[in-house]
Amino acid sequence: MDGDAPAITCSNIECAFEQQVLFKNLHLKLPVRQITALVGASGCGKSSLLNLMNGLLQPDAGQVRIFGEPLDYTRLPETRRGMGYAVQQIGLMPHMTVERNITLLARLAGWSEAERTERLETLMALMALDPALATRYPHQISGGQAQRVGLCRAMMLNPPILLLDEAFSAVDPITRVDVHARFQTLQRDEPRTVVMVTHDMREAMKLADHLVVMGPGEILQTGAPDGIAARPAGDQVKRLMEVDA
Amino acid sequence: MIRRGLIAVLMLVLSLPAMASELTVGSKADREGHLLGELFAQTLEQAGFDVERRFGLGQTIVTYQALAEGQVDVYPEYTGTIAQAIFKTPEADLSALKDEARSRGLRILPPLGFNNTYALAIKREKAAELGLETLGDMTDAPELRLGLTHEFIERDDGWRGLKASYELPQTPSGLEHGIAYQAINNGRIDMTDAYSTDGDLKRFDLILLEDDKHYFPAYLAVPFVREDLPPRAIDALSRLEGRLSDEAMQTLNAKVSSDGASFAQVAHEFLADQGLVDQGSGPEHISRFERLGSDLIRHLELTVTALVLAALVGLPLSLAVYRTPRLARGVLYTTGLLQTIPSIALLALMVPVFGIGVVPAIIALFLYSLLPIVRAAITALVTVDPLLKKVARGMGLTRRQQLRYVVLPLAAPNLLTGLKTAAVINIGTATLAAFIGAGGLGDPIVTGLSLNDYELVLYGAIPAALLAIVTELVFELIERVAIPAHMRGHTDPRTGA
Repeated sequence: MDGDAPAITCSNIECAFEQQVLFKNLHLKLPVRQITALVGASGCGKSSLLNLMNGLLQPDAGQVRIFGEPLDYTRLPETRRGMGYAVQQIGLMPHMTVERNITLLARLAGWSEAERTERLETLMALMALDPALATRYPHQISGGQAQRVGLCRAMMLNPPILLLDEAFSAVDPITRVDVHARFQTLQRDEPRTVVMVTHDMREAMKLADHLVVMGPGEILQTGAPDGIAARPAGDQVKRLMEVDA
Repeated sequence: MIRRGLIAVLMLVLSLPAMASELTVGSKADREGHLLGELFAQTLEQAGFDVERRFGLGQTIVTYQALAEGQVDVYPEYTGTIAQAIFKTPEADLSALKDEARSRGLRILPPLGFNNTYALAIKREKAAELGLETLGDMTDAPELRLGLTHEFIERDDGWRGLKASYELPQTPSGLEHGIAYQAINNGRIDMTDAYSTDGDLKRFDLILLEDDKHYFPAYLAVPFVREDLPPRAIDALSRLEGRLSDEAMQTLNAKVSSDGASFAQVAHEFLADQGLVDQGSGPEHISRFERLGSDLIRHLELTVTALVLAALVGLPLSLAVYRTPRLARGVLYTTGLLQTIPSIALLALMVPVFGIGVVPAIIALFLYSLLPIVRAAITALVTVDPLLKKVARGMGLTRRQQLRYVVLPLAAPNLLTGLKTAAVINIGTATLAAFIGAGGLGDPIVTGLSLNDYELVLYGAIPAALLAIVTELVFELIERVAIPAHMRGHTDPRTGA
């Protein structure tokens, strides 16, 4: 179904939120099975752009297409199950154990217990989570562990698309290096389309195959990270690339 | 339509035992009313009717409404009350009252004999000390402390007219008749309104000040009945005409209060003496303990049914409000308004619409439970962390799944608290349901108050209090079983937060 079509296409998007224009005439194509990083100064609309992709934000005009198909706003839950979603604040359900949090979608999708357990163990191992944590509640684990649990949850159904909104930022620097490495391994083994929002340019340069550099409400430049670093299109991009490079 | 449906459902749920009765005898909550009601009931039973007793109804308005609506076929009333409080006419002539009654589909049967008019009572020694003999003498003693019943203060032929007629300087405070004599005995008040046939007057050594201006109208006791009462019943009740003098009534009243005899026994003895019923052992004596069981069961019926209905209506209502925030203000306002109506008033308001008994009591308790349930539920739903709601949507949960797996479990502790509050409030409020004939643990309280019998009051009050405590414990147990420890919202022993 993906053929030559981009994984996600935004065409001529116009979007306002509480009377403030977020985007106007926005166009964007994201390549299949690659990691795209959305970067830019805070408040430029990175998270909003991500939310346009899974329908948490609905454009006033223009179209979002997923693998060539227009996003159907009447069937969002189905579409979203094909798009894992993890956010900075994690949002684990406090009344569910780690195991329940990770496997909730699989339960609802009718997976057998064996299937669920196998996938759970694989994901937890991948994210360097002690299997003993499975029976704990979110308030009984550390912030870094919780963020990795959030990533496991997003990947439970093995979705072709993964949307990450600052999903690595609550992990301490040492663990982050480890999680990055595991994430890259995972991407090599089960390649999928990843869209990640990050304020950390170093993280973007390290993980992303494709970079989308944003200014307030607009896209300044897209392309391979090295290419953008070598030939920034204008001063804004240049300044952004210099911050951490 | 909805109302009729609701009543039908309630009737089914409770399978009311009223079906077999042919006639229903009512009475107000006071002792004399109770006793006369029992006299009527036994007279009708002697005449071959099945009789249901609905004694201890609230004050005049509730009991009269019950008669007018056909919930009650007969109850004892006084001509003065019929004229002033019910027909609201200055006309006190009996035949005029009878005409008015007929125009309302009711009948006033021949008076029983005595005139139980209003009077003001005072301790014999206090009256002697101040030199009080007549109501007119009160103008010279402005320091007298009056504790009057609310009904007496309000009615046109009560305090207002009396004060104007005699130019009395005192300002009364309102209190229940049942505690007035104790208050006099303890020296908290000096005078109260009393009925001239009150059996307690002797017991507390009280005298009545003479109504030298003949202000108070006649209060002849009569059977107040529905016009469609069978002729045989009317004949039977008419045979009571003139049987009770003022002294005879005082003696009967005193027997119930001082001797502790039951209404049924005193009524039976009197009727047997008069040759109106067969001699014999009289009515079966039911012990207080036996009655306690049935009172308790009825109390639970009232509170549990009302609570379940309130939960069934309140929770979906809260969900609707949660999804349509514009409704929230209106719903909270309406349920809040219901809560501000004093419970006894809400119960009284039910009578014209739903009559008396279990159904209006449950409806009133249901309305009363709505606010704590709806308020807690809306708060619970609205305060669920928006991040978790966003994540649930972003993960791809449907609306139903978001509710089932995220919103409701997170709201559960507060939802339970709302139910618990409603249940506990209900148990207390349900004791007032006895005033509209719904029975329950309020029955011994109401009867005890009318008899100055505090032991009997405790027979209702203690089980009601225990029931409230048990309810708390049951809800705590449910919480323990249903909600993980860290979600219970109690203080964290480690952090104190």
